[in-house]
Amino acid sequence: MNKIDTDQTVQFSLNGVDQVAQLTAGQTLSDVLREGLGQRDVKVGCNAGDCGSCTVLVNGEAVCACLTPAQRVSGCRIETAQRLLANDPVAAKLAQSFLDHGASQCGICTPGMMVSAVSLLRENPKPNEEQVKDALGGVLCRCTGYRKIIDAVMSVPSIATGEAGSVGHSIVHLDGVEKVSAQTHYGDDVAPLGTLEVWIIRSPFARATFELGDLEAFATSKGLRAVISAADVSGENSFGVIPGFEDQPVFADVETRFRGEAVAALVGERAILHTLDSESLPITWTELPAVQDVQSAQTGRAPQLHAGRKRNVMCEGFVTCGDPETALEGAHVLVEGRFQSGFVEHGYIEPEAGFAEVVEGRLHVHACTQAPVMDREGLARVLGMDEAQIRIIPTAVGGGFGSKLDMSVQPYLALAALKTGKPVRLCYSRTESMQSSTKRHPSDITLKIGAHPDGKICGFEFHGTFDTGAYASWGPTVANRVPVHASGPYKISDYRAQSRGVHTHNPPAGAFRGFGVPQSAIAQESLFDELAEKLGIDALEFRIKNALENGSPTVCGQVFEHGVGIQACFEALRAGWESERRAARAFNAENTSLKRGVGLAGGWYGCGNTSLPNPSTIKSGICPDGRVMLHQGAVDLGQGANTVITQIFATALGISVDHITRVGADTDVTPDAGKTSASRQTFVSGNAARLSGEALRAQILQRLNVSQEANLAIKSGKIIATDAAGTHSLDLSALDADAEGFVLRAEESYDPPTKPLDENGQGHPYAQFGYAAHLAVVEVDMALGTVKPVKFIAAHDVGQAINPMLVEGQVHGGIAQGLGMALMEEYIPGRTENLHDYLIPTIGDVPSIETLIIEEKDAHGPYGAKGLGEHVLIPTAPAILNAIKQATGVRLYKVPAIPSAVLTALKRGAIR
Amino acid sequence: MSFSQPKDLASALSILEDAEPRIIAGGTDVYPAMQGKKRCSEFLDVTRIDGFTDVTLRDDYYRIGAAVTWSDIIKAELPPAFEALKQAARTVGSVQIQNAATLVGNICNASPAADGVPPLLALDAEVELAGTDGVRVMPLSKFIVGVRRTALRKKELCTAIKVPRPASNMRSKFEKLGSRSYLVISIAMTAVNVLLDDEGRIAEAKVAVGACSAAAQRLTALEVDLVGADPRTFEIKAHHLAPLQPIDDVRGTGAYRLDAVGEQIRRALLGAIAG
Repeated sequence: MNKIDTDQTVQFSLNGVDQVAQLTAGQTLSDVLREGLGQRDVKVGCNAGDCGSCTVLVNGEAVCACLTPAQRVSGCRIETAQRLLANDPVAAKLAQSFLDHGASQCGICTPGMMVSAVSLLRENPKPNEEQVKDALGGVLCRCTGYRKIIDAVMSVPSIATGEAGSVGHSIVHLDGVEKVSAQTHYGDDVAPLGTLEVWIIRSPFARATFELGDLEAFATSKGLRAVISAADVSGENSFGVIPGFEDQPVFADVETRFRGEAVAALVGERAILHTLDSESLPITWTELPAVQDVQSAQTGRAPQLHAGRKRNVMCEGFVTCGDPETALEGAHVLVEGRFQSGFVEHGYIEPEAGFAEVVEGRLHVHACTQAPVMDREGLARVLGMDEAQIRIIPTAVGGGFGSKLDMSVQPYLALAALKTGKPVRLCYSRTESMQSSTKRHPSDITLKIGAHPDGKICGFEFHGTFDTGAYASWGPTVANRVPVHASGPYKISDYRAQSRGVHTHNPPAGAFRGFGVPQSAIAQESLFDELAEKLGIDALEFRIKNALENGSPTVCGQVFEHGVGIQACFEALRAGWESERRAARAFNAENTSLKRGVGLAGGWYGCGNTSLPNPSTIKSGICPDGRVMLHQGAVDLGQGANTVITQIFATALGISVDHITRVGADTDVTPDAGKTSASRQTFVSGNAARLSGEALRAQILQRLNVSQEANLAIKSGKIIATDAAGTHSLDLSALDADAEGFVLRAEESYDPPTKPLDENGQGHPYAQFGYAAHLAVVEVDMALGTVKPVKFIAAHDVGQAINPMLVEGQVHGGIAQGLGMALMEEYIPGRTENLHDYLIPTIGDVPSIETLIIEEKDAHGPYGAKGLGEHVLIPTAPAILNAIKQATGVRLYKVPAIPSAVLTALKRGAIR
Repeated sequence: MSFSQPKDLASALSILEDAEPRIIAGGTDVYPAMQGKKRCSEFLDVTRIDGFTDVTLRDDYYRIGAAVTWSDIIKAELPPAFEALKQAARTVGSVQIQNAATLVGNICNASPAADGVPPLLALDAEVELAGTDGVRVMPLSKFIVGVRRTALRKKELCTAIKVPRPASNMRSKFEKLGSRSYLVISIAMTAVNVLLDDEGRIAEAKVAVGACSAAAQRLTALEVDLVGADPRTFEIKAHHLAPLQPIDDVRGTGAYRLDAVGEQIRRALLGAIAG
């Protein structure tokens, strides 16, 4: 019998090197690898075998390191991603293929994906798609939609090019090499081994009062270093992302407002914290009645969550034009419906994590974030510190999708670092992440639309109530955005849309890819199909007939003279609409229990803040040795800002991307490129990069006195310009360098031109919109109610594709999220707080996607480019619902359409 | 604190005599269950015990050792009656889970949605339980007594699953229903094992359903009615499903589960006879 005690060791071969690791009884292999041996390429996304990001090979077999007792691997051969990719020929080839396909976006799942794929490829060098899916089915990815991962593992030809990286070139991700070699450091990868950790004490109830007992004595008895509570919050115990709505406490003071809200935190060594259980803490909880739906929250009897917000109404949004009542009265046909959706969890594979330390009296915070400058403002507020005393150094971000715009770990890290004077670290467990992070707003929408006999829309009335949860977060943004977008990209002259954000004792709902627009699109695009059917008009023709055109006003009265690409998107679907419906009819004639349907939906999305300034600044400079430095502060969450913005800058300057050295976001070093949200980085930061590149070019041309058309090259510390007049050379080493080491520099800002909305929501909310139309083919099992998407065709007007391969990546990923929202995802506090009860699509759920890129140049975007990130998932869910209706004759009014709900609707439809 | 890795059964049982360790095999249920709870510090790892990792045929039964993983089952040479079990094995979690998780762990964890239980019930499986005072064998149907409750006694170890050697022409099919492709907890599942007579009618049927009651169960009234029936035309009646008591949860309603199970049985029967 081998009895292994606390201070025992285990020996194994790790990536070909014999290792001896210390461990405690039952410690997992992932913990020993990451924390004992510093093997940070093993990622931990869930600690429960649900995400597969910790996949390693034990004697050649893929297992989740988070479920493997480390003692078990004594004498075994362990392989992890990093060394595998560096040394194994199968893995090295796979890494190149991942890079060539853009199969790694945020990259957090990449080590697990590649380790799983290596295990497959060693046995089967030429796998088919089903074999790839079976082998990779245990690894979740939230960014890519999996299609490019399948392509990469199957080694199909890639569209990547080796060109200079100008606008329009499908170059590989410029930060891709470190991702596909598993060397990227995410939020939980930067802290040195042995760093003190923070453990947050959270409310087990949606609403409760609590009494903190003698936590100090408890902490002392356990050998912990510090206790932090509301008393330690030296500034305001409130934060938020929108001025005037900073209503979320760092620690609840009197009463908690949602399950999982923080009330205090402990700081200590990892080994001690990991033995604690929340039930042994000296805290007395008194559960109070909670309101967890928007109807009961608005009654007079409901407990008020925030003073001054009567009946828990946080805020409202409103847009109207024309006379909708009269128009609806005079309509030839009318359709109406009530549509509902639940909380959707962002489900990035990287939980919120970070590291903080005090350096020369200043606070440094390294964390995964979408908004470094906002984090600094937020911390300054809660700490009562000058912003100059705080430095935010974003780590790589393992997926964000909106939720990492808000502060999460940052205030706790800051308070712990300041209180202990030591470096500290915090990584949320998956359950903590799901309980406490923001969600997509649940929606309850009623909509009435009328139409004339010729199919023209005649009256549109929209009411949407959104559950904004316990705190405001980005709720006001959702309330403002929805009425502007609820029309869809259509000409509607008699329109009213009202939205309302209501507080409940639920987790705060905030920003999530689309800010409420995916929810409103479900209602609008579903009813458009109903209208077309009632009128006897083809669903595609109906949409084309009503689609916005250049020169036609939006519901806000905004007129775009060019760049309105929605008609082109629909036209691009025409061939597929015909052929896919024909194929579905043929399929249905042959099958009884399975029925296929084809559905359409359109969408639009305004890029940037709604009628508010949101500038970006990009700095660039040239060093005496000829290096071109690009200070690119737009956080890349995997969507590709590092690549796209560099391409735009390179094009403006007129050199290859190979010459450019990027300097990433860091509030001490890099100018503010704003937050990564609202699909604004390509447009806004892209424009700042263009201006910066153009300014730098102008200086060079002027110094050399050459024409605008000159070709530039940089060689051994010289810029060589060639134009019709000949070749001219600028010796950079002969120029004086400034304090930053630049001999030439340019710092430029861009802020999109918008105009405020008046009391009727009329104005210029966005300088640019992007447009999209999707076609979905689904297969419904009529006896089980399961819905399987079998194909998507996605047409996207991106103005100008800066990088077509990255455009495809965004399209695939957005569709996967839209599919999840439509068919499987619903966060229910207390019930789906992990990744086995909360389901996101796996590699087996996303069918082939055909991407059609439309380029209707935008007047303001860099080289005509428009934003894309959020646009993608807006049409997906309604296209799926419309396809289900076509397949079955039954319309679903609530998402997610889980099999149980679908079959219930089918049975009800059959009775009717 | 200890993590014991005994190599023989006697040592394992003596550890159980002295302490109350958490018994661990694949770890795929043990670790998730510990999340957010007081950390367990005593473990008994059964994966190194002599004979625990083997699937063997002994006279009149197959013996599946307590450390046999789902991947081992997929690779094992077994008669067609085990097809439902193999299909279940391929749909458990993911490759990572299949490589680690064990069948015995699956039944001892006693989740109502345990994928292994319906196929094993349809095989008339028994469990072998060893204690210091000897070995007892009981039907799997008696072993799982409720939600996450088994008849395993303190100081006792489940050492193997025993499957009576099935007829070589016994056919078998598994139907699993979930809201996504991989890594999914079943909404409902059905395993069917059937023997056909010379006319293609059912001579013997074993139908087991999971995730529709506290423990998966055989539908004996249905099995009786199926004898002599043509599986292509047989109609499943409400009373056949009466023993099931499916609940409403986040994965689906109870009423839905009943509908789905009727369809699953129909498909499993057709799938089984199609071979």
